[in-house]
Amino acid sequence: MQQSYDVVVIGGGVVGSAIARELSRWRLRIAVLEKESDVCTQTSGRNTGMLHAGFLYKTGSLKAICAVEGNQEFDAVAQELDVPFKRTGKLIVGFTDEHRQRLEHFMARGEANGVKGLELIDRKRMDELEPSAGGNFAMWCPASGILDPFAYTIALAENAVRNGVEYFLNCAFLGEERQPDGTHLLRTEKGDFRTRWVVNSAGLHSAEVSARLGIPGYVIKPVKGEYFVLDKLAGQFARIPVYPAPNPDNTFDTHATPTVDGNVLIGPDSQLARDDQDYESTQAAMDGLIESGSRMFQHMEKSYFIRNFAGIRPKRVDPATGTVQDFVLETRDEAPGVVNLVGIESPGLTSALPLARRAVALIRAKEELVPNPGFDPRRKGIRRFIDMSDGEREAAIAANPDYGEIFCRCEQVTKAEILQAIHNPLGVHTVNGVKVRTRATMGRCQGGYCETRITEALQQELGLDCRDIELGPAGSWMFTGSVKGGGEA
Amino acid sequence: MNLEYHQAVIIGGGPAGLAAAIRLREKGVEDVVVLEREGQTGGILRQCIHDGFGLTRFGESLSGPEYAQRFVDEAQRLGIPCLTDTTVLRLDADRTVTASGPAGLRHIRGDAVLLTMGCRERTRGALAIPGSRPAGIWTAGVAQEYINLRNRMVGREVVILGSGDIGMIMARRLTLEGAHVKGVYEVQPYPSGLPRNIEQCLNDYSIPLHLSHTVTDIHGRARLEGVTISRVDERFRPIPGTEERVDCDTLILSVGLIPAGDIANGSGLAVDGRTRGAFVDEHYQTSIPGVFAAGNVLHVHDLVDFVSLEAEALADAAAEYLRNGALPPCPLAVRAGDNVGHVLPQHISGTRDFTLSLRVSRPLKKATLTVRQNGREVLRRVLAKALPAEMLQLSVKAERLDTSGDLEVSVS
Repeated sequence: MQQSYDVVVIGGGVVGSAIARELSRWRLRIAVLEKESDVCTQTSGRNTGMLHAGFLYKTGSLKAICAVEGNQEFDAVAQELDVPFKRTGKLIVGFTDEHRQRLEHFMARGEANGVKGLELIDRKRMDELEPSAGGNFAMWCPASGILDPFAYTIALAENAVRNGVEYFLNCAFLGEERQPDGTHLLRTEKGDFRTRWVVNSAGLHSAEVSARLGIPGYVIKPVKGEYFVLDKLAGQFARIPVYPAPNPDNTFDTHATPTVDGNVLIGPDSQLARDDQDYESTQAAMDGLIESGSRMFQHMEKSYFIRNFAGIRPKRVDPATGTVQDFVLETRDEAPGVVNLVGIESPGLTSALPLARRAVALIRAKEELVPNPGFDPRRKGIRRFIDMSDGEREAAIAANPDYGEIFCRCEQVTKAEILQAIHNPLGVHTVNGVKVRTRATMGRCQGGYCETRITEALQQELGLDCRDIELGPAGSWMFTGSVKGGGEA
Repeated sequence: MNLEYHQAVIIGGGPAGLAAAIRLREKGVEDVVVLEREGQTGGILRQCIHDGFGLTRFGESLSGPEYAQRFVDEAQRLGIPCLTDTTVLRLDADRTVTASGPAGLRHIRGDAVLLTMGCRERTRGALAIPGSRPAGIWTAGVAQEYINLRNRMVGREVVILGSGDIGMIMARRLTLEGAHVKGVYEVQPYPSGLPRNIEQCLNDYSIPLHLSHTVTDIHGRARLEGVTISRVDERFRPIPGTEERVDCDTLILSVGLIPAGDIANGSGLAVDGRTRGAFVDEHYQTSIPGVFAAGNVLHVHDLVDFVSLEAEALADAAAEYLRNGALPPCPLAVRAGDNVGHVLPQHISGTRDFTLSLRVSRPLKKATLTVRQNGREVLRRVLAKALPAEMLQLSVKAERLDTSGDLEVSVS
């Protein structure tokens, strides 16, 4: 199999999907290669879901510019792409004089970066904003917000597909051969792709992919962070994200962040990942999170624990000094036809669209692009029963009785939503694919009630053998077959 | 909003809800409705195809579906309306139940509302077990539903964490279906399920039970590849150096049940931190007048027979409530004392006989159960043994009680 494209994007995370979507504004044949079974299984889905304001990053850096730009436009983006989002603001709390000095430093930096509304506040004002926050004083950042990182990545990808982009899942990039005519031949798990442009948005693998595309020398340090997910019952105590004063090296220790759905995330910590798939939770980190999380959130109780997860930040470091560097977004004369993004870590979620526009601009600097007349920037997500009023629910059930059938008890996800998720535009056919599109299995019973229904629906809707149903990644089989013969399971 | 009214609205059509519905009818309460989220009534028993149910309630050994069918048939004979495929979304403090089904939303107010929703399983996330999160990890009840109701086999090489009854029953079930159950690991120094299940489900199939052991790591990215097992000390902390890797593709968790009263979360109903079910008085009435609870949604039982019997006692009280508009006040508190994990009811009248239910926190041989009031022994019972796996129930006579002064229950 060999297919020909104008642009192939390597990596379908939030940045790759944003680039694909921005490219689809132009008349181009575009493909996205994603090595995983869905678009938000790695760094893009494994984070705090924070819309950063941009006070943390060095003034003039790409991180600062893109974060501020992405933050300020996000109300419109969330509406256009139907992404759950709340501009909650954020408290960055301190206990000591040293913390106060650091907060003052970051407040000055934030103002220089263009972050609006920053102020230092006392405990009294903190109690008005968020009584369960720890700390003696705080910097209040009203521009910060929370979003659903799964929904955002999926929305970008689905909108890209709607506008003509093709996604190839479980399709790892294996290598590149430059052709005599200057085009690239990309070797992948699913055959060869010929393309004029390649975009490297490979996240954790961005340094490796960069080298294969002819730009060696970058070093990515994978820094792992673990989290606890707390029950929605704890969510009543957390309306606003609470972060500790940043460390001298511009990192944050454990914080408490409400999710846009009403849970609370405690984390992340910071440890060197063993490898790019080191998503395991560890006892040491859990113990650490329980201890440090209790300082940020006064309701860090075991009865609220429902899930743990880990993410890995692809930090680009100076190979000589080990210090963390800015995002790389570049084209190079020695590697024509390559748009290279390396080290897109936090604030990558916030910066995805600003980076995408800049990536497209790099291509437009080399060639004239023709607008795609059919481009539609809007995308609608699956309408959620839990977010409807009773009146809206009545109407939804009257129009489609499946909206009355509750599949996931904890999150009140209906059969109608599950079926829409199964038939998603990206063609993701896993239980986790349904999970991240609907929140089914994300509640306190963790799929105890709904997983059996979801797997059965997957089987029926897609005409699968039960042995072909997968939880998430390739190879994550769930069933060995029927218990008894004689009938199809 | 179209509000329907009924004398009694029963949430959950399992062994508790159906037993209560039938008893209410027998007591002359005509207008009873049962709400059931599944396509048919019977509750969790539909997937419990092993036998051993009904010895107390019916005097014979039945399978779960057989036990349930007795109530299903009787409810049908009495013409009790059971609304299936109807999931309750919430209960409000004014006893209005909002439910959803393919026919639309229903808002139903009961003069009495009976909570009989049963329990759910504790998960890996609640225990915060370290490791990766591959396919192949299920709670025992989910694996049981796959195998017994949905005809799907979940794995080949199995490790079971927790010696709860469902875990042991699944050890046997998986073995009978050709899987290799490598062992059952229990963090406590004693089993958490019933002795008969240790005999019939583990010993009869040579499945080893490892006490004072737990899973301390989980391996595999796509499908489970193995777990690390560690011995624990008396405070359940893993002992370094005792780690052992056991290869497996399936991990079944039988690590506890939690009353599933979530729909009442917004109603202000008071919940006991020990049982994680509602606070009730001797009439099984919760902190909201007219709202009653019994069965596993109130406290997790060991045998379904006691679930049905408790629901029938609830129905007696609810029928009296519906007849008289109120029940005798219950100002006296009942407290869990030494070696008592939880005790029910939490409030009593002091003027009537009542049934005391409790579980001990650690196993004892030759134990003495004592109920004290105002420094005086109200009741004393010598027990050959007391196991956390077994619920203890006994009747307390009103004639032994003062009308004031709280009760304390202890086992030593």
